[in-house]
Amino acid sequence: MKDLTQNIIDLAKMKKLDYTDIRIVRRQNEEIEVKNGRVEALTRDEDFGFGIRVLSNGAWGFACSSKVTKKEMEAVFGKALKIARASLRTQRNGIHYPTVPSVIDRYTTPYSIDPFEVALETKLNLLLQVNEILQKNKKIKISEAFMSTYQTEKIFASTDGSFIEQKIIECGAGISASAIEGDEIQVRSYPNSFRGNFATKGYEWIEKLDLIGHAERVAEEASQLLKAKPCPSKITTLILDSSQLALQIHESIGHPIELDRILGTETSYAGTSFIKPEMVGHFKYGSELVNIVADATFPGGLGTFGYDDEGVKAQRTPIITNGILVNLLTSRETAHHLGRESNGTMRADGWNRIPLIRMTNINLEPGEWTLEGMIADTEEGLLLSTNRSWSIDDQRINFQFETEIGWEIKNGKIGEMIKNPTYTGITPTFWNACDAIANQNHWQMWGTPNCGKGEPGQVAHVGHGASPARFRKVQVGVMKG
Amino acid sequence: MAKRESILNLLKKLVQESLADQTEAILLTEDSSLTRFSDSVIHQHVAERNQMLILRVVAGKRIAVVTTNQIQSSSVQKILQQAISLAQVQPPNEEFISLPNPVPIPEIKTFYNHIGRLSPIQKVKRVNDLLKQTREKGCAASGAFSNGVVELVVVNSLGVEAYQKFSDLFFHLIVKKEDESGYASFVARDPDLLDIEALAREALSKISRKEPIQIDPGEYEVVLEPYAVSDLLSFLGYLGFHALALQEGRSFFCHRFGEKMVDERVTIYDDGLDKEGLQVPFDFEGVPKKRVIFFERGVAKGVSYDSITATREGKDSTGHALIPPNTEGPIPINLFMEGGESSLKEMIQSIRKGIYVTRFHYTNVVEPMKAVITGMTRDGTFLIEDGEIKNPIKNLRFTESILSALSRVSLISKERKICSEGTVYSRRFVTGTVAPAIKIDGFNFSGVSNV
Repeated sequence: MKDLTQNIIDLAKMKKLDYTDIRIVRRQNEEIEVKNGRVEALTRDEDFGFGIRVLSNGAWGFACSSKVTKKEMEAVFGKALKIARASLRTQRNGIHYPTVPSVIDRYTTPYSIDPFEVALETKLNLLLQVNEILQKNKKIKISEAFMSTYQTEKIFASTDGSFIEQKIIECGAGISASAIEGDEIQVRSYPNSFRGNFATKGYEWIEKLDLIGHAERVAEEASQLLKAKPCPSKITTLILDSSQLALQIHESIGHPIELDRILGTETSYAGTSFIKPEMVGHFKYGSELVNIVADATFPGGLGTFGYDDEGVKAQRTPIITNGILVNLLTSRETAHHLGRESNGTMRADGWNRIPLIRMTNINLEPGEWTLEGMIADTEEGLLLSTNRSWSIDDQRINFQFETEIGWEIKNGKIGEMIKNPTYTGITPTFWNACDAIANQNHWQMWGTPNCGKGEPGQVAHVGHGASPARFRKVQVGVMKG
Repeated sequence: MAKRESILNLLKKLVQESLADQTEAILLTEDSSLTRFSDSVIHQHVAERNQMLILRVVAGKRIAVVTTNQIQSSSVQKILQQAISLAQVQPPNEEFISLPNPVPIPEIKTFYNHIGRLSPIQKVKRVNDLLKQTREKGCAASGAFSNGVVELVVVNSLGVEAYQKFSDLFFHLIVKKEDESGYASFVARDPDLLDIEALAREALSKISRKEPIQIDPGEYEVVLEPYAVSDLLSFLGYLGFHALALQEGRSFFCHRFGEKMVDERVTIYDDGLDKEGLQVPFDFEGVPKKRVIFFERGVAKGVSYDSITATREGKDSTGHALIPPNTEGPIPINLFMEGGESSLKEMIQSIRKGIYVTRFHYTNVVEPMKAVITGMTRDGTFLIEDGEIKNPIKNLRFTESILSALSRVSLISKERKICSEGTVYSRRFVTGTVAPAIKIDGFNFSGVSNV
């Protein structure tokens, strides 16, 4: 493969282009879904191809193909160049694209058990067994168990002189029980909703999830929810569990700090951001307890890798320190807007997409509290767990979330279960109302394998670490039936 | 034609030689490009050529699916064997009877040669024309202009042979001036129908040059443009209009067929053959599309089926299978809402105090069986007072049952529009929803954006 990539790099140099990179990507994916005791999906997917990105006279062009041959690569290189030259007609100012030191390296996800080598029967038996436990509860009408494994092999070469090979292994699993009665559905999931929890780890990650050990509780809670109290409508204190907080971080911090989005390149689809580059260094995003880092080096995080798709090494970057916005997610092209260098967040969804600024692992650092202490310290409020739905505006400021389950907190104790819990708020107001964050013992990484952005659409795998946290004066109960 | 025969022969040979009891081969090819601009500058211009071969094999009652984008005969044979091996390790699905048998497929035109004229230079010229028009009005423009050619081929070992070539073009545009924005989009199979000037005019018409004001959340009469209506219809399709949701007891249609669930002015259906929409003659099982009526004059009528959900009820598929393995159900992708007798102007004139909504953003389900969803307004939200559009207003969050809202529909526009987001994540297969504008006498806004 090195000969093939070098041929394109040589061609680019011969044509004296500003910059060129080529990525050859092979992805394999296995999906298993068991529903109501039946194997509903058992699939293997393989996808292979290359993409060439050229910068010519300050304008970008990109073309790609699934036919990985020297001849096709040369044709695709020509197409990318033609596109770049055509795009030049609308450029006002050339693109500032700094060179970076060349890198020759290889990165592989550390793992113990290759998930693709585990017998299919073992995986199926686990999911079928869990499904059987869920189905024992007669209120459960839809029982589901999921498992996904991914392997991505990437070769990156650029006119900077870099040649980087990476092999990323990811897997995850989860269960879900839906209790249905009349016109009501209640759902409980473990370890997280929307197919479970995911990590850059081997099959040892799935073994540790202990799906079987949680199945009975999940089914029981779903059936109890049918008879639970509806969520009250009021302004109250909210404690979010770690998994819901992970999505809250994703939507109301992770996306707004993407510098390409801030600069407007997502306007036509996903939207922009209420954050502006000039807010970096002084904007009070949250209370002084709030510390956020973008950490692409965190072991096992779903947003962990060796190098981004521009050849920049994975980094750990403080984003919010003691509540103050101190940095953004940047790329080689955008970082100069902050007078800085890229912090290595450009990733593409395969060979047929250009890299975009994507979240890595956007983590909320742990605080000092125990969860028990936080609850005992709360006179009145709600404890909410496991996301059920999410929505946020195109500037990432007005959000509304629903969780699968909640509990009242009264006089420092957990009270009755509540159903259909919703809450809504304004991003900086919400994060500034954070007055307690649980400690390292409660801190956990969550993998989000379905982060959408870009046109043509791209899905990224990202991670979020969080422990439960408390927020004051939050509007809950916004349901209308 | 030669390419059509060669693809069909390749897939026929593959399914005939398969050692599985039944085999289905689906090929989806794509040759597309997308030009994206922001703040009146092209910042992304990409082209893609790809294909996806999906093999579904049946061993007894065991089913497995393998997908690849490498279709050389050696690798295809290898993945066919892999699919058979995958099928054999799993327990049987006793409900499964058979892949579908062949049914004649209607011949319709879904490909227009002129799509090939859209070279990178041509597209940049068209975008430049648009940018000139928006700059003259002092507005910055962002958007995407995409064109593509897609082939869908379905062959199975029972004799299904379906081939269709599609062209598609979509263009969406957001214009901005200070705190105001406006939206317009266009989608068609025939690229000659694109009228850039009209598209720009539509988006620019939302720029009023007034400061957006903030209004309190609450229940208001609303006028929803087709873009917003199509979002509501798509959620109904996903939540309740298909057989799997019904069979699993999670559809709002459960036990309610024959009941008047929404206003009698409301008729909603799916029709892949209706010329007003983006036509698709058959589904991903090679079964021809049938028209399915979901609401007829407000009364719950029926749902869409693929072969698996149809078999469960002893019915025929309506031609709504999606790419296998599809665990979400046969969700309809060619939705229509019947037009009425009104116009946007008449709707606005009929309102003393209300809200005009161009489109919604980031809508999501809150309570599935009541079809309660939430989302924000975006790119053109206005206060209507005394029958006239007054100020632009800051975006609002709504939390509302679509079914309740449709039971309060009082006016429906005669004119309808095809609405489409273009591609959805990675697989290009452009379809659209044909929707009118509607007036709803009471729509719940639950929050407001403070920017």
